[in-house]
Amino acid sequence: MPTTTMKSEFIRGMKGGAPFILVIVPFSMLFGVVATEAGLNLTQTMGFSFLVIAGASQFAAVQLMTDNAPAFFILATSLAVNLRMAMYSASITPHLGDAPLWKRAIVAYFLVDQSYAVCAVEYERRPDMTTAERYAFYFGCILPICALWYAMTFLGAVIGSSIPPEFALDFALPITFIALFAPMLKTFAHVAAALTSIVVALALSWMPVGTGLLVAAGCAMAVGALVETRMEARK
Amino acid sequence: MTQSPAFIWTIIVLLGIGTFLIRFSFLGLIGDRELPGWVLKMLRYTPVAVLPGMAAPMVLWPAATDGQPDPARLAAASATIIVGIWTKNVLASIGAGLVTLYAMMYLLG
Repeated sequence: MPTTTMKSEFIRGMKGGAPFILVIVPFSMLFGVVATEAGLNLTQTMGFSFLVIAGASQFAAVQLMTDNAPAFFILATSLAVNLRMAMYSASITPHLGDAPLWKRAIVAYFLVDQSYAVCAVEYERRPDMTTAERYAFYFGCILPICALWYAMTFLGAVIGSSIPPEFALDFALPITFIALFAPMLKTFAHVAAALTSIVVALALSWMPVGTGLLVAAGCAMAVGALVETRMEARK
Repeated sequence: MTQSPAFIWTIIVLLGIGTFLIRFSFLGLIGDRELPGWVLKMLRYTPVAVLPGMAAPMVLWPAATDGQPDPARLAAASATIIVGIWTKNVLASIGAGLVTLYAMMYLLG
């Protein structure tokens, strides 16, 4: 009996993750293409997708490496893009926290935007799930997403080097960055943070690569939080 | 890219470890202790604080045109942001940007 429940939770999880295939396939292929265009070899490109497994920060790191930024700034900027995942980790802990450490470590490795979104909603909706069922659902959910993430990075990297320069693929990167943050501009606080980031980054572009961006990101986060606090106080 | 393979691998491995530790933070290390409210508030804004600042110089001063503003790239960036805000869809937004870029490059020769 318990095994069939686990199996059905696993399948339910796969169904939850499946719609994201449409996002993962082109996005991971694009990373493979962009990374090889920037000069990474196939193993390095795959290394990124296996070890980091976080799209936007992988793109950020490749861009800063192309600019020959110092290692510290590449790491600080790319990790800043992933800081939101600390929130995912915090929010999912009450649901998955009482499992063995190794299981939580595997969950952490696969904790991406999509798996967080699907699982957090499901756990809220069905509070009577056991921890074991939650894990079965989680692993079902990440299977289609993460397996395709690796496979399509590989395909992108293989075809990437054969795309001619007339296709202006240099611009795939800024377009990707814009497409990632534009849908997040839902509140005035988000817009204020984004504008601060743009203005400060442009104003500080004379600073050594990466440093101006770090200052801009810090200012923008503070502005976002400040505007949010002001808006709440006004209610 | 002019860095050595050792440099590139160092970045990949450290970024992998750092990203894992961010994801593991609460699940594995902090448990159910609460973060101060202002920290959670700032974390909410990290993507919109980092990504626009990365994109802006690439849009205004593209390396492919030796840092000269380029009408095709400016139009593509505008289309990307408008469709992104309008549809809230990352892929539709990327698609709009690429279509605009190629259309403009074709029209402007």
